[in-house]
Amino acid sequence: MPAFIQMGSEKHFSSLHTTLCATGGGAYKFEQDFRTMGDLQLCKLDELDCLIKGVLYIDSVGFNGHSECYYFENPTDAERCQKLPFNLENPYPLLLVNIGSGVSILAVYSKENYKRVTGTSLGGGTFFGLCCLLTGCSTFEEALEMASHGDSTKVDKLVRDIYGGDYERFGLPGWAVASSFGNMMSKEKRESVSKEDLAKATLITITNNIGSIARMCALNENINRVVFVGNFLRINTISMRLLAYALDYWSKGQLKALFLEHE
Amino acid sequence: MRPGEEWVAFKMAERGGRGSGGHGSLDKSITLPPDEIFRNLENAKRFAIDIGGSLTKLAYYSTVQHKVARVRSFDHSGKDIENEPLYEISVQEEITARLHFIKFENTYIETCLDFIKDHLVNTETKVIKATGGGAYKFKDLIEKKLGLKVDKEDVMTCLIKGCNFVLRNIPHEVFAYQKDSDTEFRFQTNHPNIFPYLLVNIGSGVSIVKVETEDKFEWIGGSSIGGGTFWGLGALLTKTKKFDELLQLASKGQHTNVDMLVKDVYGGAYQTLGLSGNLIASSFGKSTTADKEFSKEDMAKSLLHMISNDIGQLACLHAKLHNLDKIYFGGFFIRGHPVTMRTITYSINFFSKGEVQALFLRHEGYLGAIGAFLKGAEQDNPNQYSWGENYAGSSGLMSTSPDVYPMQRTRSGTFDMLEMDRLERPLVNLPLLKDPSAYIPDTVDLTDDAMARKYWLTCFEEALDGVAKRAAASQPDSVDALERAEKFRQKYWNKLQTLRQQPFAYGTLTVRSLLDTREHCLNEFNFPDPYSKVKQKENGIALKCFQSVIESLDSLGWEERQFALVKGLLAGNVFDWGAKAVSDQWLERLKGPPHKCALIFADNSGIDIILGVFPFVRELLSRGTEVILACNSGPALNDVTYSESLIVTERIAAMDPVIQSALREEKLLLVQTGSSSPCLDLSRLDKGLAVLVRERKTDLVIIEGMGRAIHTNYYAALKCESLKLAVIKNSWLADRLGGKIFSVIFKYEVPCK
Repeated sequence: MPAFIQMGSEKHFSSLHTTLCATGGGAYKFEQDFRTMGDLQLCKLDELDCLIKGVLYIDSVGFNGHSECYYFENPTDAERCQKLPFNLENPYPLLLVNIGSGVSILAVYSKENYKRVTGTSLGGGTFFGLCCLLTGCSTFEEALEMASHGDSTKVDKLVRDIYGGDYERFGLPGWAVASSFGNMMSKEKRESVSKEDLAKATLITITNNIGSIARMCALNENINRVVFVGNFLRINTISMRLLAYALDYWSKGQLKALFLEHE
Repeated sequence: MRPGEEWVAFKMAERGGRGSGGHGSLDKSITLPPDEIFRNLENAKRFAIDIGGSLTKLAYYSTVQHKVARVRSFDHSGKDIENEPLYEISVQEEITARLHFIKFENTYIETCLDFIKDHLVNTETKVIKATGGGAYKFKDLIEKKLGLKVDKEDVMTCLIKGCNFVLRNIPHEVFAYQKDSDTEFRFQTNHPNIFPYLLVNIGSGVSIVKVETEDKFEWIGGSSIGGGTFWGLGALLTKTKKFDELLQLASKGQHTNVDMLVKDVYGGAYQTLGLSGNLIASSFGKSTTADKEFSKEDMAKSLLHMISNDIGQLACLHAKLHNLDKIYFGGFFIRGHPVTMRTITYSINFFSKGEVQALFLRHEGYLGAIGAFLKGAEQDNPNQYSWGENYAGSSGLMSTSPDVYPMQRTRSGTFDMLEMDRLERPLVNLPLLKDPSAYIPDTVDLTDDAMARKYWLTCFEEALDGVAKRAAASQPDSVDALERAEKFRQKYWNKLQTLRQQPFAYGTLTVRSLLDTREHCLNEFNFPDPYSKVKQKENGIALKCFQSVIESLDSLGWEERQFALVKGLLAGNVFDWGAKAVSDQWLERLKGPPHKCALIFADNSGIDIILGVFPFVRELLSRGTEVILACNSGPALNDVTYSESLIVTERIAAMDPVIQSALREEKLLLVQTGSSSPCLDLSRLDKGLAVLVRERKTDLVIIEGMGRAIHTNYYAALKCESLKLAVIKNSWLADRLGGKIFSVIFKYEVPCK
């Protein structure tokens, strides 16, 4: 950020005499720096207000004629998985899940009426942070690349690992994860998994957890459309498809996961 | 040997052929003191075992033989009545049923199974109920070693059944954890209706179960981010192999070095949403910008917060959906670890904005074993009985923190035990309690009040030698009385030391629990009634004076007699009979219409009951009030027991026509309280008493003596009139209650309309 402000100063941004509107946490954190280093006055706007206005604007404008908003049909089937447009004309009420470093979940009832329902600290920052520590990767892209080649079932303990199949009493399918990183309690298993497996497991764990919390919020708020946005989902098809599937499966089709092209 | 180190040197013979079956890691030989662990195995039946990832819990039901003092009336025909004792005391063997639960590490399983097999003599049991993940893995070993067939039970069913059982039967089972107050453990009163509740079991993963009735429960959700995640990720990140070590690391770490906080993003708090700057915005979010390595401690702490917060959040979301405000937490992640209890409690408070309570169970680790046992014992219908915790044989809640009393830590590291005695008769609430769910019998909470606790523990320590001597002296004809008395002294001493370090070990610590524990220990070493002969003698003497006391009372004027009767109830222990000791209110009330029926909880034997209570009873009967006289089911100190009261009443009836006709017309009824304690818990009384109270429309309750009216029930609120009478014989207590030693307590209370 200091380098960026410095550059702005060199390029005489301040002489443009246009208001620089800024949002996000950094608008508060770096406000002082902008003034002293770059001679720029920021007009700070609340990040969630901006987020919602942005979502609604983008959808109304469209994306090269295509719909900005879409969903996944058959999300776990590699062959048949399809991105289909979703009409967001009557958007309310909507649950908006913004996945950045952390996660914020908003319930939107109208253009002016929304509230932050809750958030979680297990977000994109957690995925990236843990991945770096576990695999030694240094960029988000690298982390995702590794994850795409890994097998999380080596790292996680599944229901079938414990019960030998489905746990019928509770209606849990054998493929469901019973304990994330559960296999890593054993030394032998720790030594047998690859970095890719660990990256995949981290991705799956964070994604499933967000989906779970989003689903519970949707139930409590009585909303059945959940839009997922945020940098975590940029180029991250794995997470998007997983969110789509998880929401659909655990809600027995009652909830729909939606995404935006310009998240 | 130092106190507590009573391990009998009992080395198990080394077994040969260790290469078989890959059980190399199970070979730990260990000294097993036979009268400390796996007690009463000879008649054991109904085995159950719950094998978890690292701990095994074994349960069995067996009978315990101990001596009981019984009283029996003599046949007086043609005998020398003058010099003969009032009744005969005989010491008999009584058999009670007891549940034993033992917890130990899986590494000891083979040794323990061998030990059990060697001592299992008289059993007809063919089956052992098994549950837990390890039940599958160790099935063959168990079948081979014990010669019993393993019958598997579903783990969640066992957990819930076990949970229901402890919630219903063990007082002070449930507690909340508060880190920053004097008492970390806040015990809750057991609510009569325990359903519905939410149980969150945090094992490798998390299961969230809603329990609606004894048999109806439903898995409503779960999470894969649980204890296994903490352990697995923790092991990968810090190279620490053991769960307990990870927790220790976490307790020393600073998560703010690893996590991205709100203030790191905003430069301060996020005011618009009221998010404090110190909240975690992104767990492990600092990793990206750091150019130095994180410490193990910091990573472990961050991981702990991440997982605890996540579980707390999910639990709150489910609680909200189902409208529940109490969540019980169990599973190895919790297992009495203060660090995890603290983070979970914090998380629940945060996400529910204080509306939901995080609660923990004292016997959380045993739930599966208890449930498996109950499944196997269904024929015996255990729920129809009431159960009591045997403090002598139970280890109590042990902290695993490093600064715990060292002796306890070595003990608890290997074996941990719970014993529950089956009570012969079911126990229920007194119907006259104003608010049963709010009733707390004890007057002073010693877990809460450190000064009071120090005082009373010291008191009991100082009195111990005398108690042991008296116990030995009460059985002069027994060869091993001295030896047993010494064992009793050691055992009770150790309990007191445990309680000094861990006041919460058996729930809320009170004078009542200290007294009861002492009684359990005396019973343990076959001193069921050390005062029996003393009581017998006093009863005999008092009876001889009865008639003359009645005559002198009858000769007094009405008002004078009321004073004298109350004085008598206080057993004449009044050195400073203050002017207004008997309240005007009571005298006024006596001038009004007679009560329909009075319930009297008697205290001491001898002069107290015969020359104090009986004249008072007689007066009530003369006014037309029925009387229910309730005495202890089992002996405690020199309190009168139900069986003694029967004999005493019979003798008095022979001398006094008022008592005689009252007995005949069933206007004077004798019942047992269901208690064997010097104190009185009105929420656990014999069902027969409760039924009678309702039937006879009791409208006056009289409680006498320090144990029943002061140490307990001083603040008890009843629906009807009540009289609490005692002389305070303890200066500390007198001071605490605002009086002097030997002050008279005369509390006449009338419920407000």
